[in-house]
Amino acid sequence: MSPKSVQKIAKVFIWGGGAITVAVLLGIILYVLIQGLPSVNMEFLITPPKGGLSGEGGISTATVGTLYLLGITLAILLIPGIGAGIYLAEYARDNRPTRMVRYAVETLAGVPSIVFGLFGFALFVTALHFNFSILSGALTLVCLLLPTLIRTTEEAIRAVPRSYREASLAMGASKWQTIRHVVLPAAMPGIVTGIILCAGRIVEETACLYVTMGGSAAMPTSLLKGGRTLSLHLYYLAMDTNAFDKAMGTGAVLIIIIIIINAVTNLLSQRFQAKMRGG
Amino acid sequence: MPSHVVVDRTAKHVVLICASASFVILGAIFIFTMREGAPALQEIGLYNFLLGTEWRPGQEMFGILPMTVGSILVTLGSMVLAIPIGLACAILLAEVASFRVRRLLRPAVELLVGIPSVVYGLVGMLLIVPAVREIGGSGFSILAASLVLTAMVLPTIISISEDSLRAVPKGYKEAALAMGATQWQMIWHVQVPAARSGIMAGIVLGMGRAIGETMAMIMVIGNSPIIPTSPLSQGRTLTGNIAVEIMYASGIHRSALFSTGVILFLIILVLNTVATFALRRGLKAHHVA
Amino acid sequence: MKKLLTLLITAGLIGATVLTGCAGTPATHDTAGPTGSITEAGSTTVQPIAERFADVFTQMYPKVTVTIQGGGSSVGVKSASDGTVDIGAASRELKADEPALVKHLLCRDGIALATHPSNTVTGLTKDEVRRIFAGEITNWSQVGGPNENIIVVAREEGSGTRTAFEELVMDETLITNTAILQPSNGAVRTTVSITPTAIGFLSFGYLDGSVSSLAVDGVLGTIENAKNGSYPIVRPLYFLTKEAPSGLVKEFIDFCLSAEGQSIVEDEGYISVD
Repeated sequence: MSPKSVQKIAKVFIWGGGAITVAVLLGIILYVLIQGLPSVNMEFLITPPKGGLSGEGGISTATVGTLYLLGITLAILLIPGIGAGIYLAEYARDNRPTRMVRYAVETLAGVPSIVFGLFGFALFVTALHFNFSILSGALTLVCLLLPTLIRTTEEAIRAVPRSYREASLAMGASKWQTIRHVVLPAAMPGIVTGIILCAGRIVEETACLYVTMGGSAAMPTSLLKGGRTLSLHLYYLAMDTNAFDKAMGTGAVLIIIIIIINAVTNLLSQRFQAKMRGG
Repeated sequence: MPSHVVVDRTAKHVVLICASASFVILGAIFIFTMREGAPALQEIGLYNFLLGTEWRPGQEMFGILPMTVGSILVTLGSMVLAIPIGLACAILLAEVASFRVRRLLRPAVELLVGIPSVVYGLVGMLLIVPAVREIGGSGFSILAASLVLTAMVLPTIISISEDSLRAVPKGYKEAALAMGATQWQMIWHVQVPAARSGIMAGIVLGMGRAIGETMAMIMVIGNSPIIPTSPLSQGRTLTGNIAVEIMYASGIHRSALFSTGVILFLIILVLNTVATFALRRGLKAHHVA
Repeated sequence: MKKLLTLLITAGLIGATVLTGCAGTPATHDTAGPTGSITEAGSTTVQPIAERFADVFTQMYPKVTVTIQGGGSSVGVKSASDGTVDIGAASRELKADEPALVKHLLCRDGIALATHPSNTVTGLTKDEVRRIFAGEITNWSQVGGPNENIIVVAREEGSGTRTAFEELVMDETLITNTAILQPSNGAVRTTVSITPTAIGFLSFGYLDGSVSSLAVDGVLGTIENAKNGSYPIVRPLYFLTKEAPSGLVKEFIDFCLSAEGQSIVEDEGYISVD
C-alpha cells in the first residue's frame, strides 16, 4: 500500500476517534436532557423531596445541601490551597522537602474518592463525632480537592511573567509585598478558574459524600445535620426509588450546572492566557 | 526589625504550613485506613485476604481476590476501547484538526470529565444494562461496567496524550516532513514515539481513574463477589466492595473493608508513581533534544 | 477578583439560608410543649417509618427537631450503645455478641418475594425459595415458569433484611454469591423492576406497582396474612435505647407506640403491634 493510502485510512481512524468521543458526549447529554427536562419546572426546583422510598417531590433540599457544601468546602479550602500553591510557585527550592510535598500533591490527586470517604468516615464521622453531617462531607471534600486547587494556583502564578516581579522588586517592594500586590492580582483569574473547577468537582462528587453525609432528605438546618447533594439525590432516586423520571430531571439540572461551570471556566482561562501572553 | 520583614517571614511560614497540609493529609489517610484495617489483616492473614476467593463476611470469610480481579477486568475492558479512541482523538486535536474543529472538540472532552459519575451510572443502568441483557445474563456485568468506564476515562487519556503530542519539538516534525514523509508517517513514526512517555502516563492515569470509580460501578456491575467467568457475568470492584457494605458493617467486617481501602490506596500509589516517572522522563527527553 | 471570591462563598451560604427559610418548616407558633432534639440512626427498613414519625411528631411539637439517618441495623445497635444517637433502629433480633440494649418493638415487617410484573410464576414454596437463593434452582421452568434463567437479587452482607431472611428462610444454607447484591431495599426493588427474570426479597413496606409479590407456601404476602400468622416470613423491627428512655426520647417512643403512631405504621405498609 502506498503511504498516501495508508494516510487516508489512518485519517479515517483519527476522525473516527473524534466522532465517537463527540457522539458519546452528545448521546449522554441529549439522552439525559430529553428524558429529564420534562420533569423540570419551577415546582420541581423549589419543593423538597419526600425522601425515603418515595421518589415524589422536587430537589430543593438537595440544592440547599449542595450550596451549603459548596460554601463551606470552599471557605475551608481556599487558604491552605492557595497558600500551598504560592509556596510551590514562589518559595520552593528544588530540594527533598519540596519534592516530598509535590509527590504528596500528585499522589493525593489520584487517591480514589471512596478512600477519602473511608478516611472521612473514620476521622470526621466517627473519631471526631461530627456524625453523618454536612461538616463531615465538607472536610472530606477539602482533603479531596486540595491537590486540584494547589496545582491550578501554582500554574496560574507561574504563568505571571517574570518581568512583573522584577519591576516590583526593583521598586523596593519586599518578596511578600510583591506576591501580594503584584503576582496574586495578576494570577487571580487563573486562580479563580481553579476555584470554579473545584466547585464543579463538589457538584459532581458522590462516593466520598455517600459515606460521610448520611443522605438525609430533610432540610439541613445546621452544619452538623446530615444532608444530600444533587448528585447524591440522583443516586438515591435511581437506586432506591423507581422514580427514574425524577432522577433524569435531577440529572438534567446537574448537566446544565456543569455546562455553565465549564463555560465560565473556559472563558476565564482564555482571557487569563491572552492577558499573560500580552504581559 | 522593620515590619515588612516580619510580615515577609510570617507569610513564608504560613504558606509553608499550607504546603505541608497535603503531606499531612496523605499521611493521615494512610495511617487512619491502615489503623482501622489492621485488625482484619491480623485476624485473616495477608495471604488469605489477598488470595481468598470467598467473600462471605457472615461466615468470617474475607477473600478480596474476586474484587481485585473485578477491578482489573473492568479497567482493562475499558482500556481496550478507550486507548485507541482516545489516542485517535488526541492525534486529531494535536495535529490533524483545524482550529475550528478543535475549538468545538476540546470543550466537549472537558465536559465529559465534568459529568457526574452518577449520571454515567444512571445512563448505564437504563441504556447499557438492558442492551447487554439482550446478549445474555442479567445485564449487570463486567461488560456494562467497562463500557461505562470507557466514557469516563476517555478525557483523561485524550487530554494528557494531546499535551504530550504537542510538546514534541517542532524540529522533529519538520525534519521528518523535510525528508518526504507523509503527515501520517510523521505522526506515527516520529511524533507518537517521541510522546510515548506522556501517552503512557495518560493511560496509566486513566487506569487510576477507572480503578477508583465507585458509584457508576455499583450501579451497573451487579456487585456479586465472584470471580467473573465471562464479560457477561456479574462482578464487584474493590471500590464497590467498600461502598456497598461500609454502611452496615461492624467489627472485623468493617475492618476488612478498610483493608480493602488500603489495598486500593497502594494500587493507586504504584500507578501514580509510574505515571509521574513516565511524565518526568518524557519531559527530560525533550529537554535534552 | 477577590470580591468575586467572597461573593461566590457568601452567595452559596446566603442562597442556602434563604432557601432553608422559604422552603423549610412552616412558621413556628409559640406553642407550649417540649423542646430539644432527638437523633435516630440504623436500619434502612425502619428509616421510612421513622421519617414519617419524625414528620408528625415535629408538627405536634414544632420546637423539637428529630434527625433520622440510615446506616443499617448494625450501625443502629452500635450507635445506640456508644451514645452517638438517642435511638438506634434494628430490623432483626440482637446478636449474642452485641451489647444488651433496651428493645422497643415498633412493628413487624413481612419480607416479600418480589418478581417482575411480567413473570408468570405467582407462588413458590418456602423450600423452593430457599433453593433458588442457594443457587440450586436456576431456571424458572423448574418451578413452573418459562424456560428462563433466574436472576437472584439479594441484599449485601450485614443488612438486617438479609440477616432476617437468612434466619427465616435459608436455615443453614448460604445465599449464592452469584446473586446480584444491592445495598438497600429500594435498590433491590429497582433492580427487580428493570430485570424481567429476576427475583429478590424486600421489606413489605417497599412493595409497589413496579414489582409483584409472590405467594409463599400458597399464602399471599399481605399485611392481613402476616398479622394472622399465616405468612411465613415475618420479622420484628425495633427501636433501641441504651437505658430505659426518659424525657423527650420517651415521649417520642411512646408516640410511636400509640394508636396514632401505629396507624402510621400501617399506612407505610408495615404490621402494627397491638
